[in-house]
Amino acid sequence: MFETLSGKLGTVLDRLRKRGALSEADVGEALREIRVALLEADVALPVVKTFIDGVRPKAIGAQVLKSVTPGQMVIKIVHDHLVEMLGQTVEGIDLNAPAPVAILMVGLQGSGKTTSTAKIAKRLQDRDKKRVLMASLDVARPAAQEQLRILGEQAGVNTLPIVAGQMPVEIAKRAANAARLGGYDVLMLDTAGRLHVDEALMSEVAAVRDATGPHEILLVADALTGQDAVNVAQSFKDRVGVTGIVLTRVDGDGRGGAALSMRAVTGAPIKIMGVGEKLDAIEDFHPDRIANRILGMGDIVSLVEKAAETIEKEEAEAMAAKLAKGQFDFDDLRQQLRQMKKMGGMQGLMGMLPGIGKMKQQMKDANIDESVLNRQEAIINSMTPKERRNPKVIHASRKQRIAKGAGVSVSDVNRLMKQQMQMADMMKRVNKLGQKGFMRSLGGMMPGGPKFN
Amino acid sequence: MTDAPKKGWFGRLKEGLARSASSLTQGVAAIFTKRKLDQAALDELEELLIRADLGVATAAKVVAELRRTRFDKETGPEEIHVALAAVVLPILQPVQKPLAFTAKPHVVLVVGVNGVGKTTTIGKIAHNLTRDGKKVVMAAGDTFRAAAIEQLTIWAQRTGASIVSGKVGADAAGLAFEALQKAREQNADVLLVDTAGRLQNKAHLMDELAKVVRVLKKLDPDAPHSTLLVLDATTGQNAIQQVEVFRSVAQITGLVVTKLDGTARGGVLVAIAEKFGLPVHWIGVGETADDLQPFDAESFARALTGGDEK
Repeated sequence: MFETLSGKLGTVLDRLRKRGALSEADVGEALREIRVALLEADVALPVVKTFIDGVRPKAIGAQVLKSVTPGQMVIKIVHDHLVEMLGQTVEGIDLNAPAPVAILMVGLQGSGKTTSTAKIAKRLQDRDKKRVLMASLDVARPAAQEQLRILGEQAGVNTLPIVAGQMPVEIAKRAANAARLGGYDVLMLDTAGRLHVDEALMSEVAAVRDATGPHEILLVADALTGQDAVNVAQSFKDRVGVTGIVLTRVDGDGRGGAALSMRAVTGAPIKIMGVGEKLDAIEDFHPDRIANRILGMGDIVSLVEKAAETIEKEEAEAMAAKLAKGQFDFDDLRQQLRQMKKMGGMQGLMGMLPGIGKMKQQMKDANIDESVLNRQEAIINSMTPKERRNPKVIHASRKQRIAKGAGVSVSDVNRLMKQQMQMADMMKRVNKLGQKGFMRSLGGMMPGGPKFN
Repeated sequence: MTDAPKKGWFGRLKEGLARSASSLTQGVAAIFTKRKLDQAALDELEELLIRADLGVATAAKVVAELRRTRFDKETGPEEIHVALAAVVLPILQPVQKPLAFTAKPHVVLVVGVNGVGKTTTIGKIAHNLTRDGKKVVMAAGDTFRAAAIEQLTIWAQRTGASIVSGKVGADAAGLAFEALQKAREQNADVLLVDTAGRLQNKAHLMDELAKVVRVLKKLDPDAPHSTLLVLDATTGQNAIQQVEVFRSVAQITGLVVTKLDGTARGGVLVAIAEKFGLPVHWIGVGETADDLQPFDAESFARALTGGDEK
């Protein structure tokens, strides 16, 4: 499922290989696939539309880098726009107000408010050296206040003593008072889960807000949420006001489209991500990571960036000139090996491709040997410049000399020569198809890869 | 009282689902105030279905079926509801099955990801059963989350069920074993086993769940007789993944869909019904004990596609 987007884009943009810039029609077709991908990732439909409208002008006319496919290029543009919309800068919790600074936690039932409250409190106390008091205003769910008390004990954060029968606004006032008298820096108010369409409960949380004047109102949202995310975010924004979003269950395998929906609707930054059940399992928001996940693209974006910076222009051009003549000698092969090593070797390169995660174990079992690259380069290094330029001169005695020089057997040399011949063959064929197209498919030809065995 | 629960049932469902359906209804009405079912209309309809969490593929399928049967016909909002329901209902009807209690004690294992409403659902099921005069034992198998045991204990008190609980951090499988022994001793009709919420991609937590099932089988090879996966209606397409993984680890026998009283329409259930065919026993439409309703395919389909409850 994760490879579908790159796969589809590959098909859509395949015939684009010979052209340099993305045309409007190409982009339109690609964006249709992007739209489906975003919807499958649970980004809400209105947000998808805004997103597509925003990314279209950026993609039309974009120059495609020589070393990547147009599909990868589109993904890069989409990814960058996604990161931009998710919020590029890391915004932490704002405590810039007179103490005690009140933080109000709101959200639907089961979104993870209580756990997030304890996690944030613990971090503020341990990392930022703040004195924190937590209070649960959840009088609806059985044992909810007890839950926060226990979490407080585990986290080493004080909680407001529970008084049975008090209503949320009363508890909030008592908590504000206790925080002031106790000299606390931060007061965290956990509230009951409520549906955004529940008038009575929404009024209640607005009353709590008015009684405590929170500096931050954090909407706690499940990363697994579907299309309803826009309704939830809109209602909480309108009725209570939202200054930030806490995205929970980011450790699940959901695609996390809700993050984009919530961010777009509230305009409030995503400040914290919950990434596990333990109390220290929170992290600052990483727009990159969420963007990759929404697109289901593995780290193809880094691949594009690395390809762009690693493959020096002149090198590529010199090579292209040679290839135009349909040549591929050992100098070229060596150059290619070196480029691959620069990009992190086979494992590094493959790790950046989407969908590889699952295969990592298999790759280990298959014993892909990184040293193969080094050995192959050593073989080439043992050749004379003449041999490199003209592999035909390499006969039995030369092979023996090369093998000795590289510390390998003659059969290794033979294997590399066969590989070079196959590639040279392919060059000739590809050359007929057009040079730019070939440049892009270069990355696919890995020495020792399955095609050449 | 004989009429009240029926009315209450219908009223509640209507109330809950009406809210779910309202925006969709408006959408349908807005599109189909007597116009031709042309491509533009079908596109808009597809978007409405996507917004109901049906998923891109399922929405496309439903629309394709509509196109096949009524393309370019003059269509009003009411007809479109009927036509939509006619497409969705055959998918949902087969999964409308109440939970049958076959053994004594009938062991029901309740599983799901965090925060979907497992404990609340158990409380509600217990309420239904004890109201019918059944003897119910609960096992507080969520030994991980703070105050989960206390939460279930309160539900036991409310419903008159008895509860078997251990310490926080205790072995959930051991507790389930002990609870089944006690349920037998007490000659209980039903044992409801709560479990800790777990994300389906956490292998070690899924192993732990498999162990609960294994250990129960030592006492009764048929136990758990039912394993219910609780799904949150606000969840998007990941719900499919949840069913897939939980089914393979814990042999899910049925589903409960919670939080249908909001604006989430739980449309992903259509895709799930189509793909897995697992029975849907109940839906949750609120926080009180009465807010658990039998799943009714027709109401669900009608509400999903914006029809009213005539």
